[in-house]
Parts: sequence; structure tokens; C-alpha cells
Amino acid sequence: MTATVYVPRDASALSVGAGEVAQAISRAASARGVELRLVRNGSRGAYWLEPLVEVVTPKGRIAYGPVTVDDVPGLYAADFLNGGDHALLLGPTDALSWFASQQRLTFARVGIVDPTSVADYVANGGYQGLRRALAMTPQAIVQAVLDSGLRGRGGAAFPTGIKWKTVLDQPAGQKYVTCNADEGDSGTFSDRMLMEGDPLSLVEGMTIAGIAVGATQGYIYLRAEYPHAYRALNHAIAAAYQARYLGSDVMGSGKRFDLEVRLGAGAYICGEETSMLESLEGKRGEIRVRPPLPAIKGLFGQPTIVNNVVTLGTVPTILHQGAEFYKNYGMGKSRGTLPIQLAGNIKRGGLVERAFGVTLRELLYDYGGGSATGRPIRAVQVGGPLGAYIPASQFDVAIDYEALAGIGALLGHGGIVVFDDTVDMARMARYAMEFCAVESCGKCTPCRIGSTRGVEVIDRILDGVESERNVQLLEDLCETMLQGSLCGLGGMTPFPVQSALKHFRDDFRARTRQ
Amino acid sequence: MMQTSPLTDTDTVRRIVADLKGRPGPLLEVLHAIQAALGYVPEGAVPLVAEGLNLSRAEVHGVVTFYHYFRRTPPGRHVVSLCQAEACQAMGAEHLTEHAKRRLGVDFHETTADGRFSLEPIYCLGNCACSPAAMVDGRLYGRLTPERFDAMIAEQGIKK
Repeated sequence: MTATVYVPRDASALSVGAGEVAQAISRAASARGVELRLVRNGSRGAYWLEPLVEVVTPKGRIAYGPVTVDDVPGLYAADFLNGGDHALLLGPTDALSWFASQQRLTFARVGIVDPTSVADYVANGGYQGLRRALAMTPQAIVQAVLDSGLRGRGGAAFPTGIKWKTVLDQPAGQKYVTCNADEGDSGTFSDRMLMEGDPLSLVEGMTIAGIAVGATQGYIYLRAEYPHAYRALNHAIAAAYQARYLGSDVMGSGKRFDLEVRLGAGAYICGEETSMLESLEGKRGEIRVRPPLPAIKGLFGQPTIVNNVVTLGTVPTILHQGAEFYKNYGMGKSRGTLPIQLAGNIKRGGLVERAFGVTLRELLYDYGGGSATGRPIRAVQVGGPLGAYIPASQFDVAIDYEALAGIGALLGHGGIVVFDDTVDMARMARYAMEFCAVESCGKCTPCRIGSTRGVEVIDRILDGVESERNVQLLEDLCETMLQGSLCGLGGMTPFPVQSALKHFRDDFRARTRQ
Repeated sequence: MMQTSPLTDTDTVRRIVADLKGRPGPLLEVLHAIQAALGYVPEGAVPLVAEGLNLSRAEVHGVVTFYHYFRRTPPGRHVVSLCQAEACQAMGAEHLTEHAKRRLGVDFHETTADGRFSLEPIYCLGNCACSPAAMVDGRLYGRLTPERFDAMIAEQGIKK
């Protein structure tokens, strides 16, 4: 009998040796004359267990991890192909408490399927959403997305259905569906995981969007820092064309939808939707003044949907299972689930998909197990480099757009970066300004100049030069950037700075510079 | 490089422009292709691209210089990009960066004297649950320590 073994090809898993482990398992099988079917899946998201090796047994998939090349002979000796006992044996993957309590809708297939296989995708519920959408009117598709309560997962949390309706309502003509895959926030990797682990869900979501609004061309704007996702997407797109899920006759409907991947070139600002459109047009990624909205005048001046990877990757589930099903998850105005990413100084980092309403504390301690260093967690930054720093006293806040806004924070793309008690929050505030200075597109003054002045002012505070006066100046500068910037980069860089000032004021004392 | 072998590189750039100019909004694609072929975007490529795409030289120059990814000087044989973003900072990226600069004897945006390594900062590789992270020639590394960094560099040495 052929044994089936899963070893991830996910970039993060590869970064800690999954490629070498896969080779070692394969070589050892050949040497032993064992017939092996080695599937290179996405990561299931428990990164502290990577490289995570799974074996298919009559009792389901059995996990071992984290596996190193040196463990491989021992695994064979322990008969791991039949789920044999070994120090690294974790048991049935689905039964691990870290997974069992998750609510995986968008990430249902990630780590489960072979990302390169259309057949595997279809066997696991793939293309059911598109099948349904093709039997519906464009208005009904858009209504389903509206009714689901889905909001943009890139960070802005704008209702997806409203964007789609605006594009649908524009006169017929060339329209576009674009996917913002410029996942530049530190602490986030859900887009990357989905594109590598289940790229066809994004392909299907974009196809549904195209059918819904009458767009025949889609572009995925992918950051250049993600070469693994680039390969996975191109492979998936080619396979989808081959199986006629893309092209001139989508699933025999007579409708056309073409899709291609375009690479960014290392500019954080291109995650802002109008900068992304400029970049897709081959220009400098400078932001556009709105209005007009991209939904009315977007790519090449045409009506354009701009959605994030996770947003579009969730659409097939909504169309397949129904708006009600999706809407029944969540709390308040935050409906459905969110793939939350635990990153930085955390013992059990990775991806947790849960309905909105789970608390930060549950994520940090129940899933995350506290800090990696074992020291107390002092602060977390939620929502990327423009997100506020949250002190331990506020860890009971719920993961919900409005609840986080209520404490002056934001959810963004759902990334949580953890810092232990050795963190110097004045330095983190300085970094926020520095990052803004590096990444500013230069179009507006508060962002372009303000960020550089911000670094200088913080340096003066730390040098003990008129500290009181300069703290006041920093606060004023934050206010100017917040009110006067054209987009979120300059307009939100103050959030981490202000939160650091508010919650960690003691860190802004003069010190001897190294 | 444009000066030493103007014909070859010029031909490459012209061919890339001819291949891609029919595509919508082709400039970034053209620049990516040039960098993939030559390792960087030489100054001499700018007028050729501008002419081929019917853009001004200023427009092409503006795009090349806007994006961090496009290099205007030849890279070392291996490009080592060290993540400087928050998640990696939380796991000691600063210390690792100091070590890397000492180990290679260069600062960011510099290339070692023997031409083997260029060191670059990068802002997030999406490997934030396995911080600190680095990328070498498109290969991702995680959970780096100074020791693992040295091993990673040695590995490139073998491949040379």
C-alpha cells in the first residue's frame, strides 16, 4: 500500500527546513523500498510545530513535529507511516486543541489540500460557490455578499458588497477586478498562507467578483517579497485555465474571465488601494486623491473592484454556504470570521481563524502560550506598523472592529505582534516614524516631512534636550499628520506613536545613547 | 556593466521592451524583466525603455527610483535581505543585524569587497511567526540566530 505523507511547501515552513525534511523522507523511502505519495501542502498555521509532517492513517491524519532532517531515520524506525509512537508524535492533527477550537471558513482547505491540484480543490468544496453564482443574477450575487456582512479584510473594513454594488451600477464597459496582495504589515501572513496553501480559493473569489460586476479581467497585485506565492498563484491560474475555470467560457457559462499576477517592487504604500492602481498601471505608487472612487474610476480609469486576498478568498464560502451561514458568525457589526496572525515574541505563533469576538487575551495566552522568551508580555501591536500599541491592562478587548476602535486601536489585517517586557517603547515609536519616512510616497507634506521631523523630535527627547517641550511638539506633530495627510500612511503613523506616549510614557525619558 | 558590454545589455533591454510593450501598463514588468536578466537596472537602460514605451526619461527614472526593489547598481553574487520590521525586532532583529554587518563587513545597501554579498534591509517577509527572518536570493530563512546566520552565509559560500 502506498503511504501518503504531507510536508508543507509553505514559505515559512521551508524557512525552518521543511524542504530538507521532505527530501530526507523521500530519500529514506526509496532506500527502504517504501512506496510514498509525498504531498506538498500549505501550512496548517501552527508555525511553532513546523516543519509539521502528517501521515494519512485509517484514523485520519496523524501529525509529527517539529521534524528535523536528523529525526527522519527515527521516524521510520518508529513506523511513523502507520502512525507509530515517537517523541515527536502529536496525534491526530484535527484533535490538537490549537486546531480543534478554531473556526476555519476561509482557511478550511489551507494545509489540507494539495494547492496545485484542481481536483483536490473541487473534492474539498471548491468551485461550489462559482457554480451557484453562475446560476444567479449579478444583483443577487452582490446582494449575497452584502447580506453576509463581509468587510474588507485588508484593514479598512469597508463593506465589500457596497464596493461591488458601486462597480455593478456603472455602465457596461471594461471593468476590472483587482486583488490587493501587497501584504506589507509586519506580523501578517494570512494572505501569503492562503495564496500558497489554497490559491484556487482566491482565483474562484475573483472569478465570482468578475461575474458579479461584469468585469472580464482580473489582476492580482502581489508584493515582490513573496516569490513562493508568485509561483503558487501562477501554477493555480494555469491549472484553472486548463480546467476551464478561467478563460473565455468559465464553467461552460459562455462568460469570460481572465486573470494574471503582477509583481510589485517593494513599496509599502502600494498596499493603499489607489497607489496599488497607479503601480499596476506601471507608474510610481503615489496615492490618488479621492474622489473619484476606484469603484467608479479605477484601473486605467475604468470601474474597478479592489479587494484584499482574504476578502476575495472568503467569497466562495459565502456563495457556497450562503450569506446567512457566514453572517451567523461574529459579533456586532463584525460578521464572520477573521484569520488572526500571532507573531513576534510568542511561544506558539501562527494563524488562528476564529469568529469575531474572541479576546486578545485568549489569543495571546490560550493559543499563543505567552511570550517565546517566557517573560511577561508588555505590549502588543495589532494591525501592522500603523496600529496602536496595546498594554497588558487592555488585553480583554474583543477582536472586533468597533471594540478595538473604542480603545483607540485598530484591527487592520489581523496581525498581532507581541513584545515582552524588554521592549523600549520610545524606540518603537521612533521606528514607526522612521518606517513612515522610508515608505512615504512623498505626495503630501505631513507624511513626507512630518515623519522625518518625528524621528528627530524623538531623538531630541531621548537625548534629554528640552524633553517636556519636545514631547509637546511630538504630540502636535502627530495631530498634524493625522489631520493633514492624504492617506492612511501619514494619517495613521501617529497611532503607534500616540499609544506609546499614552501607555508607556516612562519610556520617553532621556537616556545615554549607545 | 553597460559600459563594458554595451551591445549585449542593450540588446537584452531592447528585446525585453519589444516583448512586453504591448501589455497594459508595462513599465514595472519591463523593469522586473531587466533586473531579472541583468541583476539591476543600469542607467543606460532608462533611455531605451523610455523610447520603447513612448515615455519620458524622467518618467522611467521616477519609477526606477520610487521602488526599493529596483537596484541601480550591480548586486553581489548573493543578495541577503534582513527583515527590520516589528515582529522580527521583537525577536532580536536588531542584534542579528549588527552581527550580520560585522560578519560581512558592510553596512546596508553595500556589497562586500569580494563581490559575494550585498546586504539589504527589508520590511517584512511574511515570516513573522518564525522571526527573525531573512531572504537570500529568494530563499527564505526563519528563526535566525547569529550562529544560524553564519551557517546560512557559509551555505552560500559552497554554492559560491
